[in-house]
Amino acid sequence: MSRDGRLAVGLAQIEPALGDRDRNVERHRQWVRQAGEAGVELLVFPELSLTGYFLKDLVAESAIPLEGAIMDELRGLSRDLDIVLGAVVEEPVHRYFNASLYFSQGELVHVHRKVYLPTYGMFDERRYFAPGDRFRSFKTGFGRAGMLVCEDIWHLSSAYILSLEGVDMIICPSSSPGRGITTDERLGTAESYRLLCRTYAQFLTSFFLYCNRVGFEDGANFWGGSMVIGPNGDILAQQEDAQEALVLANIDLGEVRRERLANPLLRDERIELTISELRRVWHERTRKPF
Amino acid sequence: MSAPASLSDPVFPPLRINPELVRGILVGFIRNEVRKVGFERVVLGLSGGVDSSLVATLAAQALGPKNVVAFIMPYRTSDPKSKTDAFQVVQQLGIHHLEIDISPQIDAYFEHFPDADQKRRGNKMARERMTILYDQSWAWRALVIGTSNKTELLLGYGTIYGDMASAINPIGDLYKTQVWQLADAVGVPTSIVQKAPSADLWAGQSDETELGYQYRMIDQLLFYLVERRYSVEELKRLGFDEAFIEEIIRRVRENQYKRRLPVIAKLSSRTIDRDFRYPRDWGH
Repeated sequence: MSRDGRLAVGLAQIEPALGDRDRNVERHRQWVRQAGEAGVELLVFPELSLTGYFLKDLVAESAIPLEGAIMDELRGLSRDLDIVLGAVVEEPVHRYFNASLYFSQGELVHVHRKVYLPTYGMFDERRYFAPGDRFRSFKTGFGRAGMLVCEDIWHLSSAYILSLEGVDMIICPSSSPGRGITTDERLGTAESYRLLCRTYAQFLTSFFLYCNRVGFEDGANFWGGSMVIGPNGDILAQQEDAQEALVLANIDLGEVRRERLANPLLRDERIELTISELRRVWHERTRKPF
Repeated sequence: MSAPASLSDPVFPPLRINPELVRGILVGFIRNEVRKVGFERVVLGLSGGVDSSLVATLAAQALGPKNVVAFIMPYRTSDPKSKTDAFQVVQQLGIHHLEIDISPQIDAYFEHFPDADQKRRGNKMARERMTILYDQSWAWRALVIGTSNKTELLLGYGTIYGDMASAINPIGDLYKTQVWQLADAVGVPTSIVQKAPSADLWAGQSDETELGYQYRMIDQLLFYLVERRYSVEELKRLGFDEAFIEEIIRRVRENQYKRRLPVIAKLSSRTIDRDFRYPRDWGH
């Protein structure tokens, strides 16, 4: 953390090339350079930023192992600033994950494998990916952080667990296709995410960094709208349109302490009550004869 | 009477759109999907109707008027007013245009089949226009941009490999009543937006007469049926006439084939589009 407790955040609202990992690595390099010049200390790329989203059968050939030349190259991008990027990660047993990777000072610090893989409507992720099995926070130079990928935040428990782990910020890389046209000024999806992200930030008194991609894949548009939200729910910076952009916010990490003094929601949270009630619900569900 | 009076507003509220938001997405779609595959231009058939006039307008905004080539392809029984309307759009937008009278090639073919009915002739005309557009797409190094709306696609009110063929289609997810709203907002001449929709195979032909129902009624039903997935019982409870519901459902079901690639007999373990699944924008 910088001495004055401030952090320069950058959200790289980019348009990845579909199934062209080499081109995307090169683009990441350019965005990292640009962000570095702007003084960014933590740069977040969208979900699957290295590959594009609607990969279908390209998943396997787009994948990277957690060790090897490509990973070395990615680690190297984080020498001067921390980076979150999205990739298809292949495990040695050939399971493929939709993952977000946090790099700092030339090292891989944390991997979050997307837990909730949307497989309905226009989405088909479970057909191609294995689901992650944990929500874990991790220490950064800017406090404790947790990552959730896109659909993960449509499940309340994801962010709740990270909150109880004591995160100061939740980072949410996303590839959200826009849909839902009415007379509103925003798409239905944009409206929903705005509501969700602000709700999490305010209820969990944490910073919330939402980075969505832009561009089109097979006719689907990605609506951008990347935003940095403070622990009181205020939007500190947002790129409202669907253009490529580097969204910048200089955040005061001391706001987490101040917000939690004003609204001691976490102090009053009853983990043991939640656990015992969940256990009861689970017990009642599983003991049913059919 | 096919729907209750409460559902008969000029624009059914759930199908009202924010035209500026939709316009922005569709202009971005055209620009993105055309340019990333290495093209700058599009060609389209401009009939003088609202669908192709809207697509021409969006394409001109996306790519610049000089990158849009409109083909006006009347048959000798087409309504002369259609051509006048098409020229008005060409002039207003400042796009390229060429007129090709398809009568000689259609008539030459049907000399062999003088008894062919109106439907056959209409389908042949639609496919003749398609072959012209695909030939011209090569000559102009352009993509064929489609003009079928969601109502037509769902009802199958179009010719497979004719007007339904294209490389990209910006309005295929807009119902006809939404096309009207958007066309009006982007400046398509009011006379075109307000005229009775027609395939224009002969003067005086009317979509709504052929379909048997008005588009605004059809779109209301399709909204509940397709977007909201209401059951037949629920639709009846809303006040829709049973025969109307059944006719529309039948059309949607029977025309499913037009919306899909040809059925391939499965033999291998990776059959195209079944278990060989790649995005169309592969590598772009």
